[in-house]
Amino acid sequence: MERKNIDKFAQQRAPIYEALERFRRMRIVPFDVPGHKHGRGNPELVELLGAKCVGIDVNSMKPLDNLCHPVSVIREAEELAAEAFGAYHAFLMVGGTTSAVQSMILSCCKKGDKIIMPRNVHKSVINSLVLCGAKPIYVNPDVDNRLGISLGMKVEQVEKAMEENPDAVAVFVNNPTYYGICSDLKTIVKYAHKKGMKVLADEAHGTHFYFGENLPVSAMEAGADMASVSMHKSGGSLTQSSFLLINKGINPGHVRQIINLTQTTSGSYLLLSSLDISRRNLVMRGKNSFAKLVELADYARAEINKIEGYYAFSKEIINNSSIFDFDTTKLSVHTLDIGLAGIEVYDILRDEYDIQIEFGDLGNMLAYLSIGDRRQEVERLVSALSDIKRRYKKDKTGMLTQEYIPPKVVMTPQESFYAQKESLPITEAKGRICSEFVMCYPPGIPILAPGEEITGEIIRYILYAKEKGCSLTGPEDEKIERLNVLKAVKTD
Amino acid sequence: MEIWYSDNHTDNVNFSIRINRQLFSAKSEFQRIDILESVDYGKILVSDGDLVFTEKDEFIYHEMITHVPMAVHPNVKKVLVIGGGDGGVVRELVKYSDIEKIDVVEPDEVLVEVCSEYFPEIAGSLQDKRVSVFYEDGLRFIRSKTDEYDLIIIDSPNPFGPGEGLFTKEFYGNCYNALRDDGIMINQNECPFYEEEAYQCQRMHNKIVKTFPICKVYQAFIPSYPSGHWLFGFASKHYHPIKDLNKVEWYMKGIGTKYYQPKIHAGVFALPVYVEELLKNVE
Repeated sequence: MERKNIDKFAQQRAPIYEALERFRRMRIVPFDVPGHKHGRGNPELVELLGAKCVGIDVNSMKPLDNLCHPVSVIREAEELAAEAFGAYHAFLMVGGTTSAVQSMILSCCKKGDKIIMPRNVHKSVINSLVLCGAKPIYVNPDVDNRLGISLGMKVEQVEKAMEENPDAVAVFVNNPTYYGICSDLKTIVKYAHKKGMKVLADEAHGTHFYFGENLPVSAMEAGADMASVSMHKSGGSLTQSSFLLINKGINPGHVRQIINLTQTTSGSYLLLSSLDISRRNLVMRGKNSFAKLVELADYARAEINKIEGYYAFSKEIINNSSIFDFDTTKLSVHTLDIGLAGIEVYDILRDEYDIQIEFGDLGNMLAYLSIGDRRQEVERLVSALSDIKRRYKKDKTGMLTQEYIPPKVVMTPQESFYAQKESLPITEAKGRICSEFVMCYPPGIPILAPGEEITGEIIRYILYAKEKGCSLTGPEDEKIERLNVLKAVKTD
Repeated sequence: MEIWYSDNHTDNVNFSIRINRQLFSAKSEFQRIDILESVDYGKILVSDGDLVFTEKDEFIYHEMITHVPMAVHPNVKKVLVIGGGDGGVVRELVKYSDIEKIDVVEPDEVLVEVCSEYFPEIAGSLQDKRVSVFYEDGLRFIRSKTDEYDLIIIDSPNPFGPGEGLFTKEFYGNCYNALRDDGIMINQNECPFYEEEAYQCQRMHNKIVKTFPICKVYQAFIPSYPSGHWLFGFASKHYHPIKDLNKVEWYMKGIGTKYYQPKIHAGVFALPVYVEELLKNVE
């Protein structure tokens, strides 16, 4: 997307980075926190991170502004980011996209409010509902039966949910999903706004939509009200740094107050400056970098599909409804036809080929390609997949695909999370109401969320995923042998 | 005027050669290539600052990587050389009239051009009509080959940098797949002496041991290479490197060499204790 009104000259600035440079040259004597005092008090830390890095790990102060109440350089960095993303305002976030998602939901929903969302959201979304007490209205995502992945929301289904719940305050949309699948965001925004509902977008995997060409529409361009953008994923900033974007119609002052409820008062300048520099980098070079990235991903797909047995899918799966658009930078590969679960390929790649990919689920694996990738590493990945097929190919009979199991929501996440509970062996929990999450991480999309009924189908699914080596998280019991369920109510 | 070229053998050890003059320097898409003219070592090929070979001692490396498997496998018809755009390995291979086809996969076309100009007596071998040069990534080239070659020689510069993919399990696995049922794969296996290289030796050996049923390591003494002590890997699906040596057959072919002869064949597989232990630890 090329915005014509972007001021490329102003975008060459990186105010936080520049302020840190000025600060460094002034050789200020620190009688404030952090206590490592430019690393002098912790030589091993300097050895690990380097003097330059610990030297700019400093506290908020007048020349460097304050993240809780930005008035100078952080403010300027926010304004430049807003312009770069085509947003009304941008907030620099240091608690990951999790905190951005939380702030979006807490800004729009309060206790008892309804929010329409697909069930394949990241756990941070449902966690936010535990915090604020809002009620999720789930739109069951379509499922691709061959690939076994949850798709986007169909517009008709969202519309139906809106009509059935005219009092809902917001609609939540993944743009895109982990696998790169987009719903028809523009149309969803149009309908939602007609009904007076806000649209919140999780763009954890969509930073590049704002800078590349021929990619799916970004949330701000589609007119969504708020978006959480993981700059640290496809944008190249440091882990844990992120942007929260808002459009006109959302009060930035209110959002700032919400952010400050849970955000640290000691925002890291390493994270902040990395956001600043990465924004500049993407404005200056993003278009070319992402064009090269798409080319590299297309090449990888073609080579992987040549091996036969793997299916690296792309735009051909678009159906103008639950797959309205596809993000071609995502390299998702269906592995079941060689008789291996995605998670098994994921483990073999790491243990035997020294290749770490993003995640594997029951039927697919996702290799995360970014602006830092080169052709030579892609050759390694493709060759490793070819060798894995040679060594491990087997019949796929008996392999489960990822299935979407529609949740039976009995009460809100907040009610169930704080209710009286008891611990049961997982196999005895059938029919009870779960009070905690169960998910494979990554991708971090809950199989069970607080307030949902535990069915036999779900138990079987969890046991299968465990056996295949998925890293399951969420429950209090680390081994996932027991689940916390709501205490049985005595009926006598 | 004194000009010295130093090849860094480790961060703390340099190997320095007095240079008469620099004959060539250019940056290709893949590397910076320099050609230096020295007093004692003749012309030297340098890639990204690292010594690739010198005119004085290149014969040792090229003979040892080629003739050891050629004296074992009785019927080599089709050979693949990965890397080797300088033509050194091919010069040795074309001495065998039984070989019908030699495929050379070299990503850097500039390297081949430069070598043919500055090392015509080495790179001239690429003109042999049995030779086809493919300007491609080795890892990519081999992926599509199955049951095709009798011998694969991996003549790749070093495990750090653009050639890294040629030191991986996926590459060795794909080589296995590209070899016929009695095929042999030879790789340059680095120097066992310095810590960083020794670690790479182990990693390579470990990956090859997991891929091929027969894996032995042999050695040669190459003065200009780090520590002068160099290893090669012999990986095979069928032939044993010592038991299947056929001295008479090899002599009958009348191949002219300066370093290799069947007399040393079994000896080069006899490794010093510390090297044997290094390798055993990862088998």
